[in-house]
Amino acid sequence: MIKAAIIGLGKMGMSHAAILGGLPNVEMAAMCDTDSLLQSAFKKLTKIQCYTDYKKMIEEVKPDCVYVVTPTKLHYEMVMFALEHGCHVFCEKPFALTAEQGEKMVQMAKAKGLVNQVGYHNRYIGTFNEMKRLLAEGVIGKPFYFMGEAYGPVVLKSKGGTWRSDKKNGGGCIEDYAAHVLNLINYVTGSTLVDCKGIQMPSIFSGEVDDAVYGSLYLANGLKGQISVNWSDDTVRKMTTSVKVHGDGGKLEADATTLKIYVKEDKPQYGLQKGWNFKYITDVTDQVEFNLRGEEYTAESEAFINSILTGKVDDRNSFESALQTDYIIKKMEEEAA
Amino acid sequence: MMDRVILGDNQFFAVNHLSDERSRAQAIRFKEDQAIIDVLDNARACGINTFMCTTHDRIANICKYMRERPEEYKDFKFHPCMPYAHKYANAVTELGILGTLKAYIPGNILAVTGKAGMAYMRKDFPTLLELLIDAEMKMFEGMNTPVIFLQNVIVDLLYGLGMDELFVHYAEYIKKKYNAEPGFITMNMPRMVDMCERLGIENPIICSSINKIGFRMSGTIEEYEEYLNSDRKFRPMAMQCLAAGALKPAEAMEYVTRFPKIESVLFGASSKAHIQQTKDLIEQGFARHQ
Repeated sequence: MIKAAIIGLGKMGMSHAAILGGLPNVEMAAMCDTDSLLQSAFKKLTKIQCYTDYKKMIEEVKPDCVYVVTPTKLHYEMVMFALEHGCHVFCEKPFALTAEQGEKMVQMAKAKGLVNQVGYHNRYIGTFNEMKRLLAEGVIGKPFYFMGEAYGPVVLKSKGGTWRSDKKNGGGCIEDYAAHVLNLINYVTGSTLVDCKGIQMPSIFSGEVDDAVYGSLYLANGLKGQISVNWSDDTVRKMTTSVKVHGDGGKLEADATTLKIYVKEDKPQYGLQKGWNFKYITDVTDQVEFNLRGEEYTAESEAFINSILTGKVDDRNSFESALQTDYIIKKMEEEAA
Repeated sequence: MMDRVILGDNQFFAVNHLSDERSRAQAIRFKEDQAIIDVLDNARACGINTFMCTTHDRIANICKYMRERPEEYKDFKFHPCMPYAHKYANAVTELGILGTLKAYIPGNILAVTGKAGMAYMRKDFPTLLELLIDAEMKMFEGMNTPVIFLQNVIVDLLYGLGMDELFVHYAEYIKKKYNAEPGFITMNMPRMVDMCERLGIENPIICSSINKIGFRMSGTIEEYEEYLNSDRKFRPMAMQCLAAGALKPAEAMEYVTRFPKIESVLFGASSKAHIQQTKDLIEQGFARHQ
């Protein structure tokens, strides 16, 4: 039995708590949040121990693992404290406010030999994983272009209010939405974004922060592409993320539900015929033990918990890989400024 | 008994689990409320009189239309499913939890006079739940709503957090205030059945994915089949029978109708021919397996 504790009970924290509560080998032991309404709700309605001081929680409960699901600016002190106390850490994205903080967290987790993971859940979606596999196997030949996109209806009016509308605290569309796309491009291509040009980060409604991100991106392996992300887009019902890669032998286009594959020749060893081929989420999704809002959110926690239980670490979302995403975000912000 | 065949609403609100592109095409097709009403009228012509729908803002317009034509729609039933989760999820991201409660609970929850203010001040969660239910149900005033469902995002969230008391309260309030049966949509049917038994929620209506390829049937398909073949006291409703379109209607319905315990089958379709075909497959399937 793995004893888990969560710091921060916002939308993601709540979701993680419920998923952990639904996993058979996890005891959802304690939560920490300063919101008085949440405190009363959890005290009155659940068996989860409630704290307002995360240090006290970690010292008293002695959890095996800690989920840090707070605004980005708080990640560093909380993650470091948990690691120092020997806890495995799952941290929500984006990872760190500064590169220096991110590097220290990576070093500490390594030095302590603890499992560390960041919540880039797209890496657990079947269609993107299949795209990664086919790209690596050279199914579309030599790639020459990629495009990463995400659209969603988060900020549709001019009014602030939360940390997401505060730049210093890690708010804005680039940290919230674009981070997912950047992280996914690194994952799918198996390379690392190292540079950018012509970045535009317009504010549509938010005033202080960006509501959209556009521009050109460069991978370490030489592949070039673009990003287009907008969280003030009410033409979609919910966040919609997609990645396309074009090669001299075909195209791969994936979103969370469908992978489209265009090949110029038959590829019988992959079951692909010349022309368009489709793979659906139903073909490429593994069943999970408990489903709250999509298999990927359970799968990422199952991977984290299994890494702790077995010592065989699934490091597809390590602190280190999330730090790479932070690096390119900082570059893009500098480029746009 | 619920009707055997029930029309769902995903096709109207750009929900397509298999294709974001198709969902965009649907959004364009059902831009006008009349397009939705036309489909409902076609379904009625095929003999389908129950519409299961989320408490989406646009359903209010459909209810208004039907209220103005009481004679024509007197046999028509709604199965509301609350809440329309994206509305709240986006609001929580933007406004925080308190801001969301302020925005969606009628009356001022910070004023200590009135039910809302008192409930908030006393952190009286069952009463806050009642207020949210009433707010969601307002659009159905005067409509026939024999079963009222809690959406899977909420059911599975409360289940995972272990907030058992709220399920009991929900069931009691729906019966008392709306004279209706409480229903639960879930991605985790066997666990939900176990929980309702444990909490003494008798013979609950539980709507879950049931399809031949085990899509969105958490745990294992075998476990689901065991529950459907058992004499456990619950009233199963099948959804996602087509596994988001991965299965053809005939083989999909052949599978679902193997389980006579399934009281209702929920499906989404837009054309009259498609609605009629699916209804026939379901009814003939159940008749064959009897």
